[in-house]
Amino acid sequence: MPAASSEVAAAVAEAHRREWAFVLAATVRIAGDIDTAEEAVQDAYASALSTWGTRGIPENPGAWLTVTARRRAVDMHRRAATAQRALPKLLDPEVQSLDDPGRETEDITDDRLRLIFTCCHPALAPDAQVALTLRLLCGLSTADVARAFLLPEATMAARITRAKKKIGAAHIPYRVPAAPELRERVDGVLSVVYLVYTTGHTAPSGGDLMRRDLAERGHELARMLHVLLPGDRDVTGLLALVLLTDARRGARLDEHRELVLMENQDRSKWDRPAIDEGVALLGEVLKLGPPGRFALMAAIAAVHDESKSWSDTDWQEILGLYDLLMETWSTPVVKLNRAIALGFAVGYAEGLAELDALGAEPRLARYPYLPAARADFLTRLGRFDEARVAFEEALILSDNDTERSYLRSRLCELME
Amino acid sequence: MSKYLVLIFQDEVATKEAAGETVSADYQAFMQRRGRSLLGGAALEPAETATSIRRDGSGGFSVTDGPFAESKETLGGYFMIEAADLDEALEIAKEVPAGVGVEVRPVRVAS
Repeated sequence: MPAASSEVAAAVAEAHRREWAFVLAATVRIAGDIDTAEEAVQDAYASALSTWGTRGIPENPGAWLTVTARRRAVDMHRRAATAQRALPKLLDPEVQSLDDPGRETEDITDDRLRLIFTCCHPALAPDAQVALTLRLLCGLSTADVARAFLLPEATMAARITRAKKKIGAAHIPYRVPAAPELRERVDGVLSVVYLVYTTGHTAPSGGDLMRRDLAERGHELARMLHVLLPGDRDVTGLLALVLLTDARRGARLDEHRELVLMENQDRSKWDRPAIDEGVALLGEVLKLGPPGRFALMAAIAAVHDESKSWSDTDWQEILGLYDLLMETWSTPVVKLNRAIALGFAVGYAEGLAELDALGAEPRLARYPYLPAARADFLTRLGRFDEARVAFEEALILSDNDTERSYLRSRLCELME
Repeated sequence: MSKYLVLIFQDEVATKEAAGETVSADYQAFMQRRGRSLLGGAALEPAETATSIRRDGSGGFSVTDGPFAESKETLGGYFMIEAADLDEALEIAKEVPAGVGVEVRPVRVAS
């Protein structure tokens, strides 16, 4: 049955968002290399626009796109092989059975895992890992990936090309690593996904507090990994963390799009179903063994999410969780957050002393949240002159317009 | 199977101390264990014995004493290995008992 063009466009857009990774992952193995696979998948989406208009939208768009993309990849191979007068050695025997995509659902699940492990291979530069993941698993265009990281498109294109070239030249395998290596490799993958999410949660710069698209991509990736590796406690911990953090999204800005700190947020705007799901996942993680860093951060988020109000918050519990986190993941940012928790659990002066000690940490030298946290504690302690200086310092370091506007209003209050 | 060159980097001082020594027991054990993947290899004389040749850009050469790139860690030897993919190559390379570490480079295949 023919379909209206608006309907087709919407279906293709939806299939792009939901199925891109699935289709690409299923095509890479047939195509033999990522570039060919990408081209074949792009062609498949393009032909969906015309074919679905005349023949109707298929019941399973992902399967249709996969079959089409794989056929296209085989065609491209044949043409290349003829041109080179060589046999297409890379082809999988299963190319013969392209018309039956339902048969290999298992395989395709594995394909997506293979693709994410390839993108996040430690032999690739960390920023290339993030770029490839966004490009290949989220289907973002190179221009979008460049925009996400505030880089010129040409720079990002060169970076992605270099990474793909290395995958080919060095034979980075398209494979889920074997058990002995899996643990550390999963950790690398999770770091990439977490970075995508946090970069979206609070944009490092720009007019908006969030890069909602990136936060959503990170959220989707975390969920995808959880579907693919359901029994992994770090994967489950990351999904819980993302859900429990994301649940507060609707309350982070007021009606004038000004920043609202958690202390003053309208907790009725928090997403209860997301909190419930996050807490349930956290429960699962704790059954699987000692919690890793993502589960501990999720547990901290859960304490906030389940507190009735700011004054009800169990800061002793949060401080205890930070102490545990410090044992496994003692980064400068974790130390900073622990110092803040200490301020609320024990006293502002004690928290401030810890923050002051972090002033010597070179990796926090340009981190606006350190002076912002100092300014807040100094204000609470009535040391307004010093607080003003600290707010000014935070303003110099912050590049996010929403955060700058908030810092400026705090500074103005102190001027009165 | 693909070929990789595993470049072994050493501290200059350590290299000098080890000069004159034959293949150490650690290397012998490694070569025995990974013999099937090793296509070749050699230990090199210290970097101070190196001579570098640079094209001067106008058809001539400049010949200088010393390694091509000056650094604290110098190339001390190499293995040519064969592996199914980079993961296997890295696994083998991790077993090389090199003082500082190694660099793994795929050997270019004509396409």
